[in-house]
Amino acid sequence: MELLARLANLPGALPGACAQGLIWGIMAIGVYLTYRILDVADLTVDGSFGTGGAVCVMCLLSGMNVWAALFIALLAGLATGLVTGLLHTFMGIPAILAGILTQLALYSINLKIMGKANQSINVDKYDLLISLRWVKEFALHNPIIMVIIVTAVLIGVLYWFFGTELGCGIRATGSNPAMSRAQGINTNLNVVLGLAVSNGLVALSGALLSQYQGFSDVSMGRGAIVIGLAAVIIGEAVFGRIFQNFALKLVSVSLGAIIYYIVIQLVLTLGFDANLLKLLSASVVAVFLAVPYWKGKYFAKPTAKKKEGAKNA
Amino acid sequence: MLEIQNVSKTFNAGTVNQKTALNGLNLKLNEGDFVTVIGGNGAGKSTMLNAVAGVWPVDEGKILIDGIDVTKLSEHQRAAYIGRVFQDPMTGTAATMQIEENLALAARRGKRRGLRIGITKAERERYRELLKSLDLGLEDRLTARVGLLSGGQRQALTLLMATMNKPKLLLLDEHTAALDPKTALKVLTLSAKIVEENHLTTMMITHNMKDAIKYGNRLIMMYEGHIIYDVSGEEKKKLQVSDLLAKFQIASGGEFANDRMILS
Repeated sequence: MELLARLANLPGALPGACAQGLIWGIMAIGVYLTYRILDVADLTVDGSFGTGGAVCVMCLLSGMNVWAALFIALLAGLATGLVTGLLHTFMGIPAILAGILTQLALYSINLKIMGKANQSINVDKYDLLISLRWVKEFALHNPIIMVIIVTAVLIGVLYWFFGTELGCGIRATGSNPAMSRAQGINTNLNVVLGLAVSNGLVALSGALLSQYQGFSDVSMGRGAIVIGLAAVIIGEAVFGRIFQNFALKLVSVSLGAIIYYIVIQLVLTLGFDANLLKLLSASVVAVFLAVPYWKGKYFAKPTAKKKEGAKNA
Repeated sequence: MLEIQNVSKTFNAGTVNQKTALNGLNLKLNEGDFVTVIGGNGAGKSTMLNAVAGVWPVDEGKILIDGIDVTKLSEHQRAAYIGRVFQDPMTGTAATMQIEENLALAARRGKRRGLRIGITKAERERYRELLKSLDLGLEDRLTARVGLLSGGQRQALTLLMATMNKPKLLLLDEHTAALDPKTALKVLTLSAKIVEENHLTTMMITHNMKDAIKYGNRLIMMYEGHIIYDVSGEEKKKLQVSDLLAKFQIASGGEFANDRMILS
C-alpha cells in the first residue's frame, strides 16, 4: 500500500523529470559527438558543464541579457574543448587523460568564475529563460517547451554542420584517421574542432540547468559524462533500429536522457536511497557498455558454428 | 615527377630494437613512370612509400614531388599530390560512412574544406558513372555503408578514390595482398587500366615477381633500405622471374655467407 501511495506521487514529478532530461539531453548530444562521432571518450564534460552554469549565472548577475549569457557560456564551453583538444593533439596526451586534466583545472576555474562554491540567481529578480517554477504552466516559458525548441534548433544546426565539407571531415576523422589523412583531412584540427563543439553544447546545457534550478554549483557537472553516456546508450537501445538518420539519432539521445531522468525519478519515488544514485547510474552504464562486448564474445559464436556445421554437412 | 634524395630513416634509434629502414635512398621517377617495387621483408618498400606520403618525418634527405619540396609538409598536406591504396582493405575507406560520402571526401582531397554542402547532386551522378566503370554493381548502392562491402569491393573503391582527382603520384602498397587470387587479379587489372588511362606516375609494391614484371614500365628491387636494382624499358620487358631471383640471391646471398662465416 505504501508503494502505491508513493507511485501516486510520480505523475506530479514527471514534468520536472522531463525538463531535466531535456536539459541534460543537450549535454548528452555533446557527449554523442565525441563518443560516437569522434570516437573519443571526453571527460572534459564534468568540468565544462559547471563552467557553462557558472559563466551563465555570473553574466546574468551582472545584468546581461539571458540570450547573451547563454551565448557566452557556449563560448566558454568551446574554449574548454579547445584546451582538451590542444592537450591531446599538440601535446600528445591521450584523450582520456587530456580530458581529466582539463576537468580538474576547470574545478579551480569554475570556483574563480563564481568567487565561491555556488551562486544562486533569483527568478523573481532576473529575467531567466527557464525556471523549474514554471514547469507545470502551459506557456512558452515552460522549461519543457522552451528546451524542446532550443534542442530542435541545435539539432537542426548540427545536422547542417555535419553535412558540410568540414563536418564530413570530422566524421571521417572519427571513423578512420589514417584514411582521413590520406584524403588530405587535417585530423588534429578536426579533433580539436569536434571537442570544442561538443563542450560548447555541454556548457550550454549547464547554463540552462543553472537557470532551471536557480543556482550554479561548482560540482554540478560531477558525473555528467556518465549521464551523457547513459543517455546515448539508452537512446540507441530504444530507438537505434528505427532512427537511422543523423538528426533522428540526435533526437534519440535527447529522448534517452529523458528516459534516464524518468527512471531515476521512478526509483526515487519508490524510496531508493538518493545517496546511492550515482552508484546506480554507473552500474547501469557499465552493464549497457558491456552488453555489445558480451554479445560479440559469448552469443555470436553459436550461430557462426551452426553455419559452419551446415557447410560441412 | 618524384625525387627522393638521400633519404634515411631509423626506427627506435638508440634502443635494442633500432632498425635502419631507409639508408641513403635515392630515386627519381619520370612523369608517367609505372614502377613496380620488389624486395624481401624489411627491405624498406613500405617505409619508402610512407616516407613519400609523409606518415612520419624522415631523419635525413629531401623529397620532391613535381619539383615541390614536400619534406617538411605533413601527411594531410602532401595528400594534395598523392593518391594511396593500402594493403589492408579496411585502411583506405571510412567504414561507418556511405559509399558516396567516401567518394565526396576523396573528391575534396587537396582542397579547402569549408561550410559548403559535403556532397552535391551533380557529384552523385558523377559517382554513379565512376562506380559503373568498376563493374561491381556499386552504382546502385551509393548510400550503403562501406563497412558492408567485401575486401575486394573496398579496395576497388579505394583505388577509385585515390585516382579520381588524377594525383601527381599514385602509391599502391601491396594493395592486392589481402585479397583472394581472383579478386586480386581483378583489382590489379583495374589498377593497370586506371593508371594507363590517366597516365599516372605510379609506384606499386608487390610480392609477386610475375606481377612485378608484367605491370609497369620500370622495376626496382630494394634491399636494406636502398635500391639495388633498377631496370626499365625493353630490358624490363625481357626479364624473367629467374633473373630476379638471381639478383636477389646475389644481394642477400653475400650477407648470408657473411653470417655463416661469423657463426663458424
